Amino acid sequence: MLLPDQMLFAALITISLAGAMLAVLLDRRRACLTVPYAAAALSSAIALILSLSVLLGLGDFTLALPTYISRLGAFSLHIDRLSAFFLLVASIVTMCVSIYSMGYLREYRGRYSMGRMGFLFNIFVLSLYMVLTAGNAVLFLVAWEVMSVSSYLLVMYEWRREDSVSSGLLYLVMTHLGTALISTAFVLMWTQTGSFDFSSFAGIREMETTSGTMRSAMFLLLLIGFGTKAGLVPMHVWLPKAHPAAPTNMSALMSAVMVKTAVFMMIRCCFGFLGVTEVWWGLLVLLIASISALVGVLYAVAETDIKRILAYSTVENMGIIFIGLGAAMVFQASAAGDPMANPYLGDIAALALVASLFHVMSHAMFKSLLFMGAGAVVGASHTRNIEEMGGLGRKMRYTGVLFFIGALSISAIPPLNGFVGEWMMFQSLLLSQTISDPMVNILIPAAVAALALAGAIAAACFVRLYGAVFLARPRSEHAEAAKEAPRPMLAGMYVLGALCVLTGVLATLIIPVVDSVSASMLGTSIASRMVNGLTLITPAGDFSYMSPLAVAVMFLLLLPLVYLVANRLGGSQPTVREDTWDCGTPLGPRNEYSATAHSQPLTRLFGQTVRVKVEVAETPSSSPLVPARMSFRREVEPVFERYLYDPVSRAAISLSKRISVIQMGSIQAYLAYIFVTLLALLVVFR
Amino acid sequence: MIVELLQTLLLLSLAPMVTGAIRSLKARMQGRKGPSVLQPYRDMAKLFHKSSVVSKDSSWVSTVAPYACVAAVVIAAFLLPVVYVGTFGLLGDLLLLIYLLAVVRFFTALAALDAGSTFGGMGSSREMFISSIVEPTMLLSIFAMALVTGTTALGGIALQVASTGLEKVEPSLLLAAAAFFIATIAENARVPVDNPSTHLELTMVHEAMLLEYSGKGLALMEYASMAKLMVFLTLMANIFFPWGIATSADPIALAAGLMAYLLKIFALALAIAVIESSMAKMRLFRLPNLFAVAFTLSLLAVVAFYILGVA
Repeated sequence: MLLPDQMLFAALITISLAGAMLAVLLDRRRACLTVPYAAAALSSAIALILSLSVLLGLGDFTLALPTYISRLGAFSLHIDRLSAFFLLVASIVTMCVSIYSMGYLREYRGRYSMGRMGFLFNIFVLSLYMVLTAGNAVLFLVAWEVMSVSSYLLVMYEWRREDSVSSGLLYLVMTHLGTALISTAFVLMWTQTGSFDFSSFAGIREMETTSGTMRSAMFLLLLIGFGTKAGLVPMHVWLPKAHPAAPTNMSALMSAVMVKTAVFMMIRCCFGFLGVTEVWWGLLVLLIASISALVGVLYAVAETDIKRILAYSTVENMGIIFIGLGAAMVFQASAAGDPMANPYLGDIAALALVASLFHVMSHAMFKSLLFMGAGAVVGASHTRNIEEMGGLGRKMRYTGVLFFIGALSISAIPPLNGFVGEWMMFQSLLLSQTISDPMVNILIPAAVAALALAGAIAAACFVRLYGAVFLARPRSEHAEAAKEAPRPMLAGMYVLGALCVLTGVLATLIIPVVDSVSASMLGTSIASRMVNGLTLITPAGDFSYMSPLAVAVMFLLLLPLVYLVANRLGGSQPTVREDTWDCGTPLGPRNEYSATAHSQPLTRLFGQTVRVKVEVAETPSSSPLVPARMSFRREVEPVFERYLYDPVSRAAISLSKRISVIQMGSIQAYLAYIFVTLLALLVVFR
Repeated sequence: MIVELLQTLLLLSLAPMVTGAIRSLKARMQGRKGPSVLQPYRDMAKLFHKSSVVSKDSSWVSTVAPYACVAAVVIAAFLLPVVYVGTFGLLGDLLLLIYLLAVVRFFTALAALDAGSTFGGMGSSREMFISSIVEPTMLLSIFAMALVTGTTALGGIALQVASTGLEKVEPSLLLAAAAFFIATIAENARVPVDNPSTHLELTMVHEAMLLEYSGKGLALMEYASMAKLMVFLTLMANIFFPWGIATSADPIALAAGLMAYLLKIFALALAIAVIESSMAKMRLFRLPNLFAVAFTLSLLAVVAFYILGVA
């Protein structure tokens, strides 16, 4: 007999599968624009209820699935606090994206198959929820593969576009490299415990027979494997290509939710399975994460394709999340190494993990909001190039305001959610003074500097993006004729816009929940010391305070007050609308400062990392001073592909060419190979 | 509570006078008589009586920006200890203050892009460039402070440093102060990073962003930047050199604290005036060198703590 919550999960699976099937059946009908996404929204609502019930303390959830091969362990779905937190974030975002899809996909109707979209969308969402709830390594890998393949097919959705196909292929290769490493790590864990169940993996933490080298090997495999999915530099190359190539509703899900599954598994594997005992693990994560944050944001600021800007910004934000994770690992390992000397370390480890998880939530919300806004803007202006937009703020009022909220949030403007996460992250790093390990003392300040620089450049990036897209005059005919997005699209964005503000302002209500999640991993709860009424307090050191709610109230009081005072002083004065001042010359759209120019100082300063190549070609005319025509081309050199991936792939190809001499096309020879291999195996594994 | 409120109001009302004082000191050093220190108040009063001209191309962003900027600076002022170590500390700490000032920057830079003027775009681009590369310096000097005092609460830092004898000053404190001073100059658009009195559009940074503002909007934007300068100077005076600040709320201590505060602010204004009279504005792409110096200082401040402080 199934319990009510188990029935709910069974309903979730049934509804998703039914949605997928209906999408195929309805393919060309109008209903195919609504029914599959209503199913996805409904299954997300169920996931939301299930995750809330676990987070609010109604106990963990388990659902056993039929297992036919007993050697692979017992297949089951399990929601503990960590799963529930990620499930909560995923389900909220998925619900909004599903509603958004009903409006967004209208423009694809008649051009690409609606049925395929609806089918893959539902399968992707279901596999996402399975990844977050799987209680067995094999089941997890199956769900992980379904998630990867369905998202690959969605990246390729616009198959007539060449860049979609090539990006999709790169994504497929990279994600499978990652999966191979993850599988290896799971097999190594299996050799330790003899079972594929995650519950048995959790025993590795206490197992004394597992050597430190073995643990470190597993950690490295997992870091590279999940780091590939998370888009950590240098495994990030697929992300800025694949995320923008997918239709925007999928870009939002991939950037906001799918990459987070890697964070989820890193936390689960490091803290839950392996147990963090080595300080260098955390330091390595910290180093890679700091580099990711900087590289991501520098490429974002050099880019002019709106969706690629957002994708690079995902690389940056994953870096920020992993900085928190790395800091938590450093502090946890130091605390375990010397529990007496540093009584605070456990607390700041918890603070760092809470900050990281909080940023997971914030990033999911503002990044999906921004992607949805980008989808609306791209739909209205028929281009992804921000140089050809402009002035959309007045044509698309609501989209403009909602995108603005997302931009404020991602730029860590207080009191929104992006700021609260960064505040906690900085506090956890600033409180690290009690560790006297020289490597820690070098890398923690470096991470502070990287976080500060990345944050400031992200603000520059979003000032530039918002300015180029929504402000000033339209710079193309399409932008001139842009219209507001349809209602379902706006509805999805409203919810997330409101959540970006509310989760920041009411952070004190959310942090105890996040803390219960981190406490289930670290064993240290800090909520009782961290939240005092409506104020956040650092749980260690000489306490620092910060109250997002009070800041919000101050803003709400001061904005009208300043307005009133300004209008009282000197009496009310008229406002005249006139042309923009430009020294008396007529101003056209081409006189505006372009987005490329806006970021030029930064790309010039960081020219070693972001290599921008500019080509100006002139067609001479009779006058030596005025050329007949000028053309301008700008290209960002793909540094990582050219200097890291190309040599590797060239080496692989030349190696396989060498080996291909044994491929002679004669069946007898191949049979001989098989025979020799069999003999060799028999000898080795007698 | 009343003392805290009064000191915030003091800071906010003195802000234009400090800008006036810097201008006046500069004029004296250059052998001019210069306007009175009260001139910024008169300018603002005049602007409030003028009508505004708003660009046809602009949107709600440039309407909202002046109010948002002033509101953010005022909240930042509420966080600071001025003459007395007590603050509205429950509201927030040093990090919140830095981020509130980022609000000012964010809105100003967006408003600059709003009218579609080339000058505005140029100013916005340069402002974001300068602030981006100076941000690590600011955060690392805060990091050094947090290492020395164990907190980022502004009142806490002021109290802790003020109660340490001058002979026990940590070297990291001085290094961090030097780094933070360069950051102050950069954040407030002073020479050698920007020239506040320039009239050439191509060299302006901060002024270029305000080019489209007139009347009340301009008055508010000007006030926001004057108050921002005052917030930074007060940070320098009371976080890095808090000696003399009143540690109790009795009238004599407060009077002494007020004297000390005014003296420190005057000294800082003098320092800025001397720098502005003796240096030329640097080329934009020379600035990273200056900020690299500042960054190194702040990094040394952190390293100095680990080398000297832990033992």
